Amino acid sequence: METLYVICVGVLTFCGVFLCLRARTFSVVVGLTMLSYAVNLFLFSSGRLNLKDAAILGMSDSYADPLPQALTLTAIVIGFAMIAFVVILAMRARADLGNDFVDGRQPPDSDKFIKPNKDKV
Amino acid sequence: MTVHLAILPILIPLVGGLLMLLPPFAGVERYQYRRVAALFLMLAQIGCSIILMLMVVQNGAIMYAVGDWQPPFGIILYADQLSVMLVALTSFLGLGVTLYSFAGSDREGKYFHPLVQFQLLGIYGAFLTNDLFNLFVFFEVLLIASYTLLIHGGGKQKTAANVHYVILNLIGSSLFLFALGTLYGITGTLNIADMSQRVAQLSESNQLIAQAGGSLLLIVFGLKAAMLPLHFWLPRTYAAASAPVAALFAIMTKVGVYCIFRVYTVIFGDQAGDLANMIQPWVWPLAILTVIAGTVGALASTNLRTLAGNLVIVSVGTLLIAFALRTPEATAAAFLYLIHSTLVTAALFLIADMLGQQRGKALDYFVVARKIKQQGLLGVLFVVAAMAVAGLPPFSGFLAKLVILQSVTGVEQKIWVWSVILISSLITIITLSRAGTTLFWRSTPSRDASETPGVSKWQLCATFLLLGASPLLTIFGASIIEYTNNAAAQLHDIPYLIEVMNLEGNAQ
Repeated sequence: METLYVICVGVLTFCGVFLCLRARTFSVVVGLTMLSYAVNLFLFSSGRLNLKDAAILGMSDSYADPLPQALTLTAIVIGFAMIAFVVILAMRARADLGNDFVDGRQPPDSDKFIKPNKDKV
Repeated sequence: MTVHLAILPILIPLVGGLLMLLPPFAGVERYQYRRVAALFLMLAQIGCSIILMLMVVQNGAIMYAVGDWQPPFGIILYADQLSVMLVALTSFLGLGVTLYSFAGSDREGKYFHPLVQFQLLGIYGAFLTNDLFNLFVFFEVLLIASYTLLIHGGGKQKTAANVHYVILNLIGSSLFLFALGTLYGITGTLNIADMSQRVAQLSESNQLIAQAGGSLLLIVFGLKAAMLPLHFWLPRTYAAASAPVAALFAIMTKVGVYCIFRVYTVIFGDQAGDLANMIQPWVWPLAILTVIAGTVGALASTNLRTLAGNLVIVSVGTLLIAFALRTPEATAAAFLYLIHSTLVTAALFLIADMLGQQRGKALDYFVVARKIKQQGLLGVLFVVAAMAVAGLPPFSGFLAKLVILQSVTGVEQKIWVWSVILISSLITIITLSRAGTTLFWRSTPSRDASETPGVSKWQLCATFLLLGASPLLTIFGASIIEYTNNAAAQLHDIPYLIEVMNLEGNAQ
């Protein structure tokens, strides 16, 4: 289970970091979302992974650490609000600046990398 | 009442800010109500922080357990001399910012004053908390308020700067949580005092993980503090923000610096066994390079606001140099410099804005433009601010830099610190005098300037308030140095912290 968990967190973090380095706001927002998922899973694991352990006293012989669950819950709430903010900001930037690049302007050589889609007008 | 005094600086802006969203304060045309309320709230915060400061000086540090959950389990607020000093400084700066915004910039949107209150709430909380996860929460509070304050008023420049600022800080928050998860997984606590006890007892393999977590925290705090190489966002962001917001942001970098001082003195300080002072070899060269980067940026600035932003970076670098020296004397000197640089750079942003209002389209860019209407008044303000920033006597910059230079021991360190700080001060004088010459003396034959509005009384009042602190810091220098010495001694005295927290014998 630990291996699977580690791979999940690692892949999510990798994808998040990769997407955050992209030039357009949409991929960056998706990247930030993935990073926050990875963070939530990581925080949850900081109380050690165990099966069938209750977080409530008197329910079982061994206990899970309840604090990481509280931390994860807080992190989810805050992360969600922040992602919502950045989505709105990205839309505002698209309207204000006329493009969806993080730098606010189209790179001069961007035509080489981004093919204009001629089918859709 | 006095039992709950430590949490009042957090409660006043929280409740006040929320009330301002409700009638009779809500509504575009009700801005006068909000102004009165904001002024009242700022005075209440200043009064509260001064009472708190007096109590801490008289009776020693205060531990406040939120909800009466005792340490190490509950969330703990810890008001020692350093925290209350910074809370008082923030409330004073907040008053200046609020007064300045009365001149009209608070009417660009109806939520300016509530947002300032929430921003202050986050800053006070970050200074007062003694719990790492709670610190994260207050960071997010101050950040989301700063995102909205930065874009307040709207416009292309603000949006573009805000996109960078928000994305960078969201990545920073993720790293913060990774670091917290790592440290909690290893030490099993989030209380700073408790963690400082446990870090020393870690096994060798766990030490490496704790070191990784601690180093990640440095990246987060370095991003907030604008430490090289994480400082590139700062000049553009501060130049884009409206003047009172930029002035308020002058304390934001200091939050990062404060966290570096707190975490790396208490948790990874001298008592941390094999991890003692683990980031010092990193901070030492980075601090010196930060000063150099800020100075070069100041030379290359094309307008006064960007110049002030780069001077913020120089001040952060200077503070980090004092941190890297790792002695209580250097820490005390850093605190004095922190007070001085926050107030003076904030004043510089306000002056840049007032200059820009009287130069038409040229704003505060260093180009030939029409003559400034109130040349004498603004000139005097600019010269005072410039002399204070550069560190010329009789203003506080001189005293603060002198104390930092005096606190350096060891020949090799002296060579580095003295040369870097003195040369950067010289270049600051050169850039500021070049800026002043262009702004005030190189003007086109003046047209009729009678239509240009003069400086409003609120703007003047705020700038006098912030700049007036500079000579006062010099006049009362002896007692302030004594205070910062005590604050630094208290910060470095970890057994005292453990005693206040009732954590003796807690570590197994």
